[in-house]
Amino acid sequence: MLGLNKKDAGLLFFVAILLVFAPFLLNPFPESSSLAQFNAGYPDLMQRFAIFGIFAIGFNILFGLTGYLSFGHAAFLGAGSYASVWMLKLLTINVIPAIIISTLVAGVFALLIGIVSLRRSGIYFSILTLAFAQMAFALAASVLTPITGGETGLQTALNDPRILDGANETGNIPSPSLFGLETGATWQMPVGDWLFTFNAGYYMCAVMMLIAFYVSLRIFSSPFGLLLKAIKTNQNRLNYTGVSTRPYMLACFVISGMYAGLAGGLMVSMDPLAGAERMQWTASGEVVLMVILGGAGTLIGPVLGAGFIKYFENIFSKINKSVLEGWFSFMPEGLQDIFVTILYPFVGKGWHLTLGVLFMLVVIFLPGGLVEGGKRIGKLFGRRKSKDTETGETNPAPAE
Amino acid sequence: MGILEVQNVNKRFGGLQALGNVNLNVEEGSVHAIIGPNGAGKSTLLNCFVGRLIPDTGSVMFQGQSLLGIKPHEINQMGVSRVFQTPEIFTDLTVLENVMIPAFAHRDGAYKLNPFARVAKEAEIRDLAEHTLEDMGMKDKLTMTASAMSRGDKRRLEMAMCLVQDPKLLLLDEPTAGMARADTNKTIDLLKHIGETRGITKVVIEHDMHVVFSLADKISVLAQGTVLVEDLPENIKGHPKVREAYLGEAQV
Repeated sequence: MLGLNKKDAGLLFFVAILLVFAPFLLNPFPESSSLAQFNAGYPDLMQRFAIFGIFAIGFNILFGLTGYLSFGHAAFLGAGSYASVWMLKLLTINVIPAIIISTLVAGVFALLIGIVSLRRSGIYFSILTLAFAQMAFALAASVLTPITGGETGLQTALNDPRILDGANETGNIPSPSLFGLETGATWQMPVGDWLFTFNAGYYMCAVMMLIAFYVSLRIFSSPFGLLLKAIKTNQNRLNYTGVSTRPYMLACFVISGMYAGLAGGLMVSMDPLAGAERMQWTASGEVVLMVILGGAGTLIGPVLGAGFIKYFENIFSKINKSVLEGWFSFMPEGLQDIFVTILYPFVGKGWHLTLGVLFMLVVIFLPGGLVEGGKRIGKLFGRRKSKDTETGETNPAPAE
Repeated sequence: MGILEVQNVNKRFGGLQALGNVNLNVEEGSVHAIIGPNGAGKSTLLNCFVGRLIPDTGSVMFQGQSLLGIKPHEINQMGVSRVFQTPEIFTDLTVLENVMIPAFAHRDGAYKLNPFARVAKEAEIRDLAEHTLEDMGMKDKLTMTASAMSRGDKRRLEMAMCLVQDPKLLLLDEPTAGMARADTNKTIDLLKHIGETRGITKVVIEHDMHVVFSLADKISVLAQGTVLVEDLPENIKGHPKVREAYLGEAQV
């Protein structure tokens, strides 16, 4: 099917199901329950799941296949964002040209940076990409203010020219739309105590992510992908095997940069605003975390990692002191205070601490990321099952 | 005229004269062995053939074309493949993938950007790789990860990776080093078999005299960076200069 083998097709189908039913899957708790704050099924967050999923899938094509760790991928995200805001300002409020241009601009940007950075490998490559990204960030925040809007950022305005549809202006700043369908448009479906939200922008991102995932599946199973894996394993052998590694690396870097650009373009399509901080090294570091946490080099890992981190960022950070106090209110006064004091640094603004601890645990105990974790659990159950069948009647659960 | 002609090659590392006026003439279709004590410059010489090192002076001609200053991958594309002293393979990949990669490089050239082609559809490459592995007696190990193999198998895998490219010249740097006797004999048989069926010119660096004398058509003896003698195997054994420089210490 679609030029995929059975396993890959299954994976694509799995991701498609996740994306289509995300509004339900992410809203498991009834509105009135105290767990409702763990619901992630609101448009803004769902869009981010898909967008950062694309970003991470693209990063994984570079890092997962070739092992080249770019620390400047946010630069391509930022470049794509600026390019698409300009398209919204100059051409049309329709997001399609904006997304296309953002991908292309990021690709060209990646080509330029890649030509220089790929002269080195290992840590030097990482530092070079980091330097370029920080340079881009600094330029965007200062010297290039006429193009980037400086520190305030770039956004759409009422008096934008918009060559194609600027004339029928009503008085409000138009919001980005897909052939007239605003990306912010939502429908709500109350079912009992649950409230499910469907958002046009999210489904657009979801379709793009599905396409992005499909392309990555194809790249992984191509001779091109095989050679990229060979670069990771033994570049020396490859040179003496008659392969010029540079063009492969450059192509891979550009493809990966285009994914980042696409993510940037989609971000702007959801919220027509681009700021320089999008290019900062923390943003580059975040995508590295996503891919490693999910499982670098695996197909589904980056998607899981992106979802995991974005969920934490948005949900864990909402837990504040009073929520904690509520949870431990069943305890006696002193004990409650102790628990709240211990846990407080790990939630709310301190969610990074939790993420850091989790990241360390994953890197130390699960070098293959969440995907490896899943596999191990699967194996554990598989073994237990086969053991059960072998030993026949024995009951693994101890009696009370 | 030989397929590989080396004339007056000099290479100096700081104060050390690694190669001094080395001359070598490898006949097409022959097996040419280079022997010599440790530090004689054998591997340095081989590195000059594949573009890893550039000689200070002198010339290296392959089929009448100079190899000096040409990049390793371009030299390989000209038809020169090399087996390294320590096996250089793609340890994370399967045995079959290891052999398919050189096959792709041989068919598609130094690069071909085809991110939407499918490995699964490349039946020709796959058959070729499987066939080569069968020749090397590794048919049952296709899906094994390369890193899990024994040392001898890794070497034979690397040979398969070179052979799948159907090279004109195959350079082997101590192909049997560290192998047990049975493994060594197996490898000799494979190399002989390949020589007969494919007619590939081979340059072999070797310490093991048993291997050298059972394979080589011609032998060059290298000592302290210079060629002492270049002659037929039967003449090398009794040669006084060689005894003095090399065979004396090896007790043959």
